Amino acid sequence: MKRVIIIGGGIAGMQSALKLKHRGIEPLIIEKETELGGKLRGWYVLFPSFTPASDVLNELRNQVQKAGIATRLNSTVESFDRDHVILKGGERLDCDAVILASGFTLFDARIKEEYGYGLYDNVYTSADIERMLNEGRVTMKNGERPKRIAFLHCVGSRDEKVCQKHCSKVCCITGVKQAVELKQFFPEADVFNFYMDIRMFGPGYEEMYREAQIRHNIHFVRGRISEASPTIDGRIQIKAEDTLTGRPLHMSVDMLILLIGMRANDDNASFARSAGLERAENGFFAPRDQFLGNVESNREGIFYAGTITAPKNIGESLNDAAAVADTVAQYLGA
Amino acid sequence: MAAINFGYTISKPRAIDIDRNNLRKSDEILREMPELQACIGCGACTAVCTAGCLTDFNIRRVHTLVRRGEYKGLYEELNKCMLCGKCRLVCPRGINTRGVIMLIKRKLGDF
Repeated sequence: MKRVIIIGGGIAGMQSALKLKHRGIEPLIIEKETELGGKLRGWYVLFPSFTPASDVLNELRNQVQKAGIATRLNSTVESFDRDHVILKGGERLDCDAVILASGFTLFDARIKEEYGYGLYDNVYTSADIERMLNEGRVTMKNGERPKRIAFLHCVGSRDEKVCQKHCSKVCCITGVKQAVELKQFFPEADVFNFYMDIRMFGPGYEEMYREAQIRHNIHFVRGRISEASPTIDGRIQIKAEDTLTGRPLHMSVDMLILLIGMRANDDNASFARSAGLERAENGFFAPRDQFLGNVESNREGIFYAGTITAPKNIGESLNDAAAVADTVAQYLGA
Repeated sequence: MAAINFGYTISKPRAIDIDRNNLRKSDEILREMPELQACIGCGACTAVCTAGCLTDFNIRRVHTLVRRGEYKGLYEELNKCMLCGKCRLVCPRGINTRGVIMLIKRKLGDF
């Protein structure tokens, strides 16, 4: 039986494994964390349907377990090629093909120190908000309810100052989703979204944006916040240009939420070197062909699924997984 | 002794200060016509505006200023509008822009 090693046990990795198994190919998932699920574990509900992330995650995990798919947890990959993977510690695992599905890294908001993340109270990231929603308790540091909340789009995206030129694509809709969620938590609060462009690329996204505007009274201000600073009474003062009126705009808020982007993993560079893979300028892997080979690498026997090649949403990552299983099966002649 | 005029003046701040501005009027306007919140700032209304071609009238900018609580001089500004309604025809979000102008004028008239 042909054996395929899948590096990364997030949704793309799990779905790839399931699809391969159904075709009679033996998958092995290698996951560096203590459990399967990847980044989706940190999410509360999914845009634009408000489906609980756990619905998707538990379904995939159950299927993986039921299918008896081999999994190596707490295992970090040191290097790999198309016929083997070497784990940290030196263990060598042989295989007939490799699917790289190790995803992305969240941008570290502390790098944009002008926004005060980690320096001032009540500056959060979108990932913090998902965690707080999961815990069922969103509050300010002192336990009070915020009266004014600001979201800032494009933190660590479209920003050459932090070497992230690309658009992370899902943060816009995440910002709209979280604005609606917080407005429902705190109906008395004013919620402002500061954006450069609003990029609603998916089905139902634009509709959700419109709902956020009309039904939830979220204010959208086109302009990037230049800096945040603490006020004497412990709030956060922000500055932006209201580009639609052409005037500077100042306000103080109780909560500032930074919509952090998706960046390429640090180990992408060493993987690319050891396996001879090509990367895009932004550090994500470059598929063999943008159109007809978008789950294939430039090397035979090495394939991609999910956000290893670019920022993607859940549906796109799952589709990648189905496509890669088909492509790998064809490659192995299964 | 007469004060000497050195020719210096103090510039008023240009920044919109949301903390100081009174958003009551703006909130009233949005409550009466929530569709105005659907504006995506595309500027089609301003592009098609006859008044905007002949004067510096900019309906997109004017209603955005109203929403930020900056009302000063806007009633007079809105007098430039001839209520032809072309802006309403082009609005991609289907906003009754002419209705918005009349509502803002009514609200600001008694401000």
